[in-house]
Amino acid sequence: MLLDRLDPELRPVATASATVGVVIGAFGAVFGVASVAAGSSVLQACVMSLLVFTGASQYSAVSVVADGGSTAAALSSSLLLAARNGVYGLTMARVLRGSLVRRLVAAHLLLDESTAMATAQTGRRHQATAFWVTGVAVFVFWNLGTLGGALLGSEIDTARWGLDAAVPAGFVAMVWPQFATREGRIAGLVGAIVCLVTIPFVPIGMSVLCAAVAVLVGVRKERPA
Amino acid sequence: MSWTLVIALGLGAYAFKVLGLVVIGARTLPPVVERCLALIPAALLSALIVKDTFSVGHDLVLDARAAGVAVAVVATWRRAPIPVVIVLGSAVTAIVRAAF
Repeated sequence: MLLDRLDPELRPVATASATVGVVIGAFGAVFGVASVAAGSSVLQACVMSLLVFTGASQYSAVSVVADGGSTAAALSSSLLLAARNGVYGLTMARVLRGSLVRRLVAAHLLLDESTAMATAQTGRRHQATAFWVTGVAVFVFWNLGTLGGALLGSEIDTARWGLDAAVPAGFVAMVWPQFATREGRIAGLVGAIVCLVTIPFVPIGMSVLCAAVAVLVGVRKERPA
Repeated sequence: MSWTLVIALGLGAYAFKVLGLVVIGARTLPPVVERCLALIPAALLSALIVKDTFSVGHDLVLDARAAGVAVAVVATWRRAPIPVVIVLGSAVTAIVRAAF
């Protein structure tokens, strides 16, 4: 086992991080199913998971395409969601040092999960271990899950199995930690209302982008949750 | 799904990651900007949930998906693991759809 070669002090962190990766495989499978249901090929689903490698943005793109939204509509809200990985980069820059190549590889692994696991640790070595193990584990299982889901989705009637609800159910699990703060809850509520109100009037998929106005909740000074 | 979308999203998503980690690095942004950026997932994911649950194209609808997503919300609130949330949400949607 790879874990046996690791400093014993770092093993619990590495094990917990690897477990996160396995769970994310389920998310990847749902993405694969939803992606082919939205009309992508198995190859497109897999290339997207390899290159884009940020779950919420991929789900968002597929969700807009499935509704018949334009590439521009799909791209705009997905890129906005991807912007948060840049913020994670700012946080992790204090932990992830080393050569340029090493940091360029680390950049691809910047995710909700890898950042969350790293920031939950104390000390730079533990944080770096949590980041790398979570990032690599999620990368492996996210892509395997995508392939499995895409192959499965090509074979079955997704509506009959209720898999059209798997994507919003996945979003519920993804968004939940964001509601830990008062600002997060208000932004979520405002975003949902703006989206519903604009759906009938704006081009398909753009209602999600309109919901971004809710981030202005952050202009006010933060108050305790 | 177009290849343009796949490639453009791939490049854009990686550009944001490199911008944060390598280009800006450990420097800090104005607090108000950081606070607004931190709220993007809450706002957009909530919007995606209601869109995927209550709409078809430009029409607002109430169908079996609402039941499935409601169960997913309860399961998440009760701290169910992610795969369980996804399976429950899908299963309830399928059952309600088949029943009515």
